[in-house]
Amino acid sequence: MSQIHVSTTVNGDAYEFLCEADEPLLDALRDRLGLTGAKEGCGTGDCGACTVTLDGRLVCSCLVLAAEADGQKIGTIEGMADGEKLHPLQQKFLEHAALQCGICTPGFLVAAKNLLERNANPTETEVRYWLAGNLCRCTGYDKIIRAVMDTAQEMRRA
Amino acid sequence: MAQDIAQKSRKFDIVGTRPIRPDGIDKVTGRARFGADMNAPGMLIGRILRSPHAHAKIKKIDISKAAALPGVKAVVTRDDFPVTDGNAGLMDILTNIMAREKALYDGHAVAAVAATSASIARKALALIKVDYEVLPHVTDVDASYKPGAPLIREDLITSGVEPAPTKPSNVAARHQFGHGNVDTGFKEADVVVERSYKTEATHQGYIEPHACLASVSPDGQADLWVCTQGHYMIRNVCAQLLGMDQSRVRVTASEIGGGFGGKTTVFIEPVALALSRTANRPVKIAMTRDEVFRATGPTASSSMDVKIGAKKDGRITAADMVMRFQGGAFPGSGVEYGAMTSFACYDLENVRIVGWDVLCNRPKLAAYRAPSAPIAAFAVESAMTELAQKLGLDPIEFRLKNAAKEGTKSCYGPTFGPIGIIDCLKATKDHPHYKAPLKANQARGVACGFWFNFGGNTCVSMNVGFDGTIALAVGTPDIGGSRASMTMMAAEELGIPYDKVRCIIADTASLGHNDVTDGSRTTFSTGLATINAARDVIKKACQRAAKTWGIPEEAVVWEKGYAKPAGANAGKFEPLSLAEIAANSPNTGGPIAGHYEVNADGAGVGFASHIADVEIDKETGRTTITRYTVCQDAGKAIHPSYVEGQYQGAAAQGIGWALNEEYIYGKDGTLQNAGFLDYRIPVASDLPMIDTVILEVPNPGHPYGVRGVGETSIVPPLATIGIAISAAVGKQMTDIPISPPKILKAIKSKG
Repeated sequence: MSQIHVSTTVNGDAYEFLCEADEPLLDALRDRLGLTGAKEGCGTGDCGACTVTLDGRLVCSCLVLAAEADGQKIGTIEGMADGEKLHPLQQKFLEHAALQCGICTPGFLVAAKNLLERNANPTETEVRYWLAGNLCRCTGYDKIIRAVMDTAQEMRRA
Repeated sequence: MAQDIAQKSRKFDIVGTRPIRPDGIDKVTGRARFGADMNAPGMLIGRILRSPHAHAKIKKIDISKAAALPGVKAVVTRDDFPVTDGNAGLMDILTNIMAREKALYDGHAVAAVAATSASIARKALALIKVDYEVLPHVTDVDASYKPGAPLIREDLITSGVEPAPTKPSNVAARHQFGHGNVDTGFKEADVVVERSYKTEATHQGYIEPHACLASVSPDGQADLWVCTQGHYMIRNVCAQLLGMDQSRVRVTASEIGGGFGGKTTVFIEPVALALSRTANRPVKIAMTRDEVFRATGPTASSSMDVKIGAKKDGRITAADMVMRFQGGAFPGSGVEYGAMTSFACYDLENVRIVGWDVLCNRPKLAAYRAPSAPIAAFAVESAMTELAQKLGLDPIEFRLKNAAKEGTKSCYGPTFGPIGIIDCLKATKDHPHYKAPLKANQARGVACGFWFNFGGNTCVSMNVGFDGTIALAVGTPDIGGSRASMTMMAAEELGIPYDKVRCIIADTASLGHNDVTDGSRTTFSTGLATINAARDVIKKACQRAAKTWGIPEEAVVWEKGYAKPAGANAGKFEPLSLAEIAANSPNTGGPIAGHYEVNADGAGVGFASHIADVEIDKETGRTTITRYTVCQDAGKAIHPSYVEGQYQGAAAQGIGWALNEEYIYGKDGTLQNAGFLDYRIPVASDLPMIDTVILEVPNPGHPYGVRGVGETSIVPPLATIGIAISAAVGKQMTDIPISPPKILKAIKSKG
């Protein structure tokens, strides 16, 4: 079976690749583009470790076909920092010790950034429900929620 | 005692602060490399074929069509893993990673392929023809314990029973612990509580599936990249299973995306090495989530009978318990850990615990955070609260009256040194949470828990650069921020800034053996070794300063990063910093490095006490945790944020176990919920903030007083929540998980 040609934009950079018809976007990002920040935790859209944005919409990249990325804009964890300047969420995750093993962290950061772009002043409950599609097994979520709330407050002041 | 005072009076500069972890930036930018994030030139993709049956004889495996598929470079089966000369435990591991005469559980590996792409590998698996003869199976611990259950091993004779049984059964062993005479004790009791409990198996649920990249050359040299809690263990076990020299197998631990005990053994690693050896190409294997649930190591499931008697004044006179644990199709359910930890919180005159190790057609158990202790504590603590209620005593007062203290002979034998259970219980009682008012349909539970904490084989190298900065090589994979703690302890001891130390996890060829990161042992053992390696550096730095100054070595002291003359008589010299000594080291004897090797003993035991408030929706049976508080003894908290993180994470896992998580088997013995949709771990909207109280009762076995903190707080939640729900619904809840259907049934049965 012939492969599909895909032209897409990832974190503002143009990419082209060939993929299988049944290939998940996650596999294309990781294996073809070398962007391994998105992780496969389940492959069934239950854990959120592969979270990226597709034209500004949060998706589990394991449930999107790579071919669907053609002509779209993808955002991944690798595009979150501005050069050596971390995004405020990344900085707050470090300060609040909001990660232990770190495997879920890219997905949480991409999802939390998307939340704050839509809602600059979320309540704790809103943060908890927005991030309910991202599983973390290490932290019990406490420090993650605090880091997101603290970031929101700081970004509102800025 | 002298050390106890010294530990308490020591003023720390870095220990106890909250610096940013050294691996942090890599982990928030997506740069950190986990198990599946490594590739190699010419790499093949490996996949494993698994049994669809719970119990079946494997009559024949035909790989010919798979091997002939273009792109397939290797196929391996049981024939590629010959029986080793090793012990029974090693043979069990070999049988678990690749089925031999029988498939013993749904998901048991039966063959594996390596191909040029994942899709070719998948196609090849479908071409392997396995001829099974399906056998009767058993997945319930009580059913398997009974005579007449389908035999999993035809030659298994129960050990620990006198006289030895003459017939095989699924019961591998009997264990007994305790002291005194329980019969006498129960005669003295005014009130007795007797009840049976069950718990279902759970999975550690680490978000990162097992993954590795193996490369074996025809000359026998092998490299392995793998997410594991113990790369030396991986090296040693794989070398034994495959008949290789340990030193020719070099294992590098990747970043690890959670383990919680589940990554303390081998599953895919020997298979990847065997495939790579056959193909003479690198082979990567990454498990799917379905494979993780079906074919790695969940916990035991259990059935337990508890009996506790006490005088009217609240003093316990006797405690008796029988536990039946199944840990899958191999001996080793961990029931002895359950038995040993069960009553460890208490000072008992008469106590007896009997544990039965039972086999079932389920995957071979692996450790899960304080293995077996949460199960035992669920039964014991639930019964303790019921007894307190019958006695009309406050549950914390009742526990305080019977709490273990320094000098108590524990239920598992040893006599305790300084311990923190009383401190935990008092902190719980004094916490505002314990006195806070409850709303309608809400109730509160309190329970405590114990974990041993481990020490073990540990080796550390501290390499001083010519600029005086430190490269610290440790051999215990960092599963929750331990590089930060090691860096802090090294900097503290040397008296240099935190950012002048870089801690790495060395590969197996670069550092002597280190036991697995397990048993909450790393901050204790590797910390102890790091501090002693720093003292070795200090000793050498002082020798160099003495040489520079031409004074005796004994006349040099080390203070906050500087070598100084010990006093006026030693001579008048300007203090020398580590950087100055290091820069001059080529002239004073060569490079400076500190080392320490130890089989660490003296890990202080851990105690915790939890409070949970629950709210029950009486229409749906859903439980909401409205407030949760953890009090735990850390000995000494090196990095308090990561100590809190351990308390919170352990509590959250315990909450999931208490309320939702369980292995569900169908009538055919296959796992029905092998995915995160149906095996539901807590999500952010399920939990409240988890308050923590860090208590510090110094451990005399560690220079700074550290006790392990990683595991203890998964022990109380099952009981804490069970007790709270029992109070809310007015019925003793004895079956974990206490899921909505069980709560609805309890509410309905009360009318």
